[in-house]
Amino acid sequence: MERDRAQDGGAPAGAPRGAAGLDADFVVRWLTAAAAAVDREADRLTELDAAIGDADHGANMRRGFRAVTGTLAEDPPATPGAVLALAGRTLVSTVGGASGPLYGTLLRRTGGELGTEAPRVSSAEFAAALAAGVAAVGALGGSAPGDKTMLDALVPAAEALPESFDAARRAAVAGALATVPLRARRGRASLLGDRSIGHQDPGAASAALLVTALAETAAEAAGSPDD
Amino acid sequence: MKMLINVPERVVADALRGLAAAHPDLLTVDVERRIVVRRDAPVAGKVALLSGGGSGHEPLHAGFVGPGMLDAACPGEVFTSPVPDQMVRAAAAVDSGEGVLFVVKNYTGDVLNFTMAAELAEDEGVQVSTVVLRDDVAVSEDGESAGRRGTGGTLFVEKIAGAAAEEGAPLVRVASVARRVAESTRSFGVALSACSTPARGAPTFDLPPGELELGIGIHGEPGRERRPMMTSGEIADAAVAAVVEDLRPDSPVLLLVNGMGATPLLELYGFAAEVHRVLAERRVAVARTLVGNYVTSLDMAGCSVTLCQADEELLRLWDAPVRTAALRRGR
Repeated sequence: MERDRAQDGGAPAGAPRGAAGLDADFVVRWLTAAAAAVDREADRLTELDAAIGDADHGANMRRGFRAVTGTLAEDPPATPGAVLALAGRTLVSTVGGASGPLYGTLLRRTGGELGTEAPRVSSAEFAAALAAGVAAVGALGGSAPGDKTMLDALVPAAEALPESFDAARRAAVAGALATVPLRARRGRASLLGDRSIGHQDPGAASAALLVTALAETAAEAAGSPDD
Repeated sequence: MKMLINVPERVVADALRGLAAAHPDLLTVDVERRIVVRRDAPVAGKVALLSGGGSGHEPLHAGFVGPGMLDAACPGEVFTSPVPDQMVRAAAAVDSGEGVLFVVKNYTGDVLNFTMAAELAEDEGVQVSTVVLRDDVAVSEDGESAGRRGTGGTLFVEKIAGAAAEEGAPLVRVASVARRVAESTRSFGVALSACSTPARGAPTFDLPPGELELGIGIHGEPGRERRPMMTSGEIADAAVAAVVEDLRPDSPVLLLVNGMGATPLLELYGFAAEVHRVLAERRVAVARTLVGNYVTSLDMAGCSVTLCQADEELLRLWDAPVRTAALRRGR
């Protein structure tokens, strides 16, 4: 934890202090912040979904992330990988729709890559694991960036994460906004064809919330001494 | 929008409690876990059929649980697919050891949740086969979208494959019958009004009084084309043309004239007459007709036409006895 960052070759610039040590508590704080953001923005997500989907994305995500914070408060696992795997399973069990399996897979695979043993992982390991989680989402949904899905926020975020948490945040937010002019090729919005153009994808919007929460949690960790 | 509900959050649970109260002879209902199971499940030596999807399409699917059709149904939130836990638990409850057929409508959420459920159920030793319905011709299959939706054709698959399972056919056989029905079935839907979800309390899209929407799905989403209001006969012309030109049937068909939820049967039977007229003009013979509200979209007004090209075997299975809340014949 107290290693000089200059000696930590794998730690990206702008990573939290103690970059060699993202622990279970860090992940719990991230997911708690994500749940708060989803709760705060649920109505906006639902309105985005009403335009090109079926007006339930905010409600479904809120239900799922409330279940995640409830489960983590009850019995938080001891390693970051185990926290992510449990959160992913909880999302799969509570969200429904396409978002449940997709976000559940994102967290489960990211957690799986980290393994359940390591009590701390480096930022570089975390970035690689998240990239694997994002790839698993693409494989499950059979989609790619440009299809107007959550991947339009997640893929650029995962690519920018080795640089810094804040770069990932900026990439996710920009990626979500960039879905507005796209024509949806996956999910229910794709059934609208050209009528899906001109609206932000609700999945990309919620993905940007998650990445923003991650960057904010990292910034807080960096700002707090002895973390 | 006035609705006959208590609170939006309890709509699905309240309906399940009502289903349990109305059909204790047929069904076992787990209201909390959202699972509806055939009363006498698991039936020894029989392949089980399991379906599910978002609520709001009643009587689909829970209304089709019973001898000769489904063994289990897993209702999700309104217009939201159920979660894998429901299907895994239901599969374990109905599997006699002969395996379970998942009947899935082609929506991204349903397909993903059923896919995960199939993997988890197989981990627990349940043999699973899946058939995916994509009967709605209003959606193009060009790879630029999620593809054709599962709609009214689901009823034909659940009834006919359910009859095959009831006769004791093994899983591979039941699955192949289900796929044959799915591949031989096409649908087209028309909305005269949008529907209102309980959570939203207002119409999901704006359809002016003088217009209708052609090529709609069953989730209150807008359709393929909006036109000035048409007569029943003109709607039948358009709907049958869309279905027949895609299916191109060369033998007698099963016909489902389905109401979307808020269209009176008086209108629906008048529409059925028009559909028969158009089919006769197009030299398509109708072997059987079913008219009613079976695959609905909450309080949407409108209808859909589904045709299934049926050979001798499919016709015999269609005529086989069935005893469910929403469809009964023969015993």
